[in-house]
Amino acid sequence: MSDTETESEVDSLGPNVRQTAAELATGDRTETLLQTDGLVKQFGGFTATDDVDFSVAEGELRCLIGPNGAGKSTLLNLITGSYEASDGSIYYNGHDITDLDPHERVSRGISMKFQVPSVYGDLSVRENVRLPVQQFADGEERRRLVAEAIEAAGLTGYEDVDAGQLSHGQQQQLEIGMAAALEPDLLLLDEPVAGLDVAEREAIAERITRLNEEQGIAFVVIEHDTDFVASIAEEVTVLHNGEVFREGPIEEIESDPEVQRIYLGGES
Amino acid sequence: MSRNSANGGANRSLPSRLRSRFEGPNTIGESRGFWVGFAVAVAVLVVYPVFGDGSQLSLFMVLALLGLSLSVVWGYSGVLSFGQVVFFGIGAYTFGVVSINYATPGGITAAVVAGIVGGGLSAAILGYFMFYGGVRDVYVTIITLVSTIVMHTFMAQTAGSEWAIGEAALGGFNGMPDIPLLTLGIEGASYQFIYNPFPMRVIGIGAFEISPFYYLVLLLLIGTYLGLRILVNSDYGRVMVAVREDEDRTEMFGYNVTRVKFVVFTLGGALAGLSGVLYAARNVYIDPTVFSLLFATLPVIWVSIGGRKSLLGAVVATLAVEYLRISMAGELALVLLGTLLLVTILVLPSGFVPWLHEQLVETRLGPGEAGGADAPDASSEVSD
Repeated sequence: MSDTETESEVDSLGPNVRQTAAELATGDRTETLLQTDGLVKQFGGFTATDDVDFSVAEGELRCLIGPNGAGKSTLLNLITGSYEASDGSIYYNGHDITDLDPHERVSRGISMKFQVPSVYGDLSVRENVRLPVQQFADGEERRRLVAEAIEAAGLTGYEDVDAGQLSHGQQQQLEIGMAAALEPDLLLLDEPVAGLDVAEREAIAERITRLNEEQGIAFVVIEHDTDFVASIAEEVTVLHNGEVFREGPIEEIESDPEVQRIYLGGES
Repeated sequence: MSRNSANGGANRSLPSRLRSRFEGPNTIGESRGFWVGFAVAVAVLVVYPVFGDGSQLSLFMVLALLGLSLSVVWGYSGVLSFGQVVFFGIGAYTFGVVSINYATPGGITAAVVAGIVGGGLSAAILGYFMFYGGVRDVYVTIITLVSTIVMHTFMAQTAGSEWAIGEAALGGFNGMPDIPLLTLGIEGASYQFIYNPFPMRVIGIGAFEISPFYYLVLLLLIGTYLGLRILVNSDYGRVMVAVREDEDRTEMFGYNVTRVKFVVFTLGGALAGLSGVLYAARNVYIDPTVFSLLFATLPVIWVSIGGRKSLLGAVVATLAVEYLRISMAGELALVLLGTLLLVTILVLPSGFVPWLHEQLVETRLGPGEAGGADAPDASSEVSD
């Protein structure tokens, strides 16, 4: 957030960010990139997320874990705007984005890779990558960015191949590359290594770490594999029954008997 | 986003740079051979009235514009619309009403514009409520189908004298006769395109007459086809195709998918409106059968058979299917249409023209290389 925020913009800050508004007045920059405040999502009588307060700092790499049905994907879909929140608010860079459409949130710097690879199967790898890049780059710059994204995804030589013909791992890489090509501040990845072998997992982990360290992109990564989580993240949030169950360093979370219990199904 | 074709293409010849605007992965035909074939096809169409029934072919070409409108809306943007005939009919009726009330060259020219705007505006209104109301997928198809039935029922009951707009009586099932002859221009500087044959004499063939309307339609069809090729191979066309493939994914790339569908639907409506104007102008008559279920189904059949993701497929299939349909007796034509549609869906789901193109490419390069031939070449790079 810049120091030149207007009065009305400061007024739009939510309760959890009001303290940072005070920081703004003193010239301090807030590091909070994303903040959800009492976020609730109900599907009929089922509450998928219940009063979730969740935050991500600028440049942070945070993993989101929890048993199936914990509300992880729902939370990501609420952040992107794919789902409309039943209650609560979402703040991004201090602005309330709860009522914005998904494409408006993307334009503010949020990008997402879906759980199931959703590359455009009938389009070539090059056409896939052009789509995000063409929004902000033309001519030589566009060509360069497209080539770089394809190279970073390890798909050099596959430019003219239909994305639907790529392997599952290549599609995951391509989709991360497309999401990263938007040059977001926050990238949400829903199970980026599901169904991949060890070598492919390592390649994705390296990719995520590099994007985080070199480009400063903040990540929220949903993953079940704690080895993978440990390889990329220090901070972990555990969701359970739609609520934030634990937050803390991966070592603490891994050894927490309560977390082990909910994963092993010891609790109804 | 503006294109920068000069950037990186400075060393290429002007024809090559021009060609690159019309080429890309979203249309078939990226070779010199294709464009030579295209030029030959245009030349054949130009001389066709000398040897064949130009009047009939002009009708098929008018309908090809309707086919193109569905190809853009359904084939390229994934919105299956049975309502193209609604915009076609509204375009035709608007042209009729305005031209009857203002039967001067300027009035008739304005009626043409009004018909196109009428088609586009009605599509914009329907599209606004559908797309911004969150209606998606098959429900769009159902709503558009119902809209044709509503229009058919409504126009059928307009026989009474109270159903008149100025001088123009809507006429119910009797239709609206006496639409003025299509004359474009202004008073003192106009040209009549209908019933105004142009006498010609060619050595070796002798004397004959050509219809200016035929060439007007041919010009509009070629212009629309090439214009749409530029559109679907542009950045916007890439977004249209992305919307067709996966709306949610495209939204997550920052594109306003609702607006894209609204804009394309409106464009499709205007194009259908143009087709309707020409249809009414050619027949100097319009009646509610243009809103019938059979007529509403025809564009879907043309585009399915030709290949919904192919503009050329829509044009070729419209001309071929309509020729077959008109040439055969009533019921038999319907059976043939149904059979053709079934065979296409079962055997050639991507349509006849893309399949034929694939065969030609494989024949030329061998099966192993066919994919490479279809891939974007250096010329499509320049469009970036």
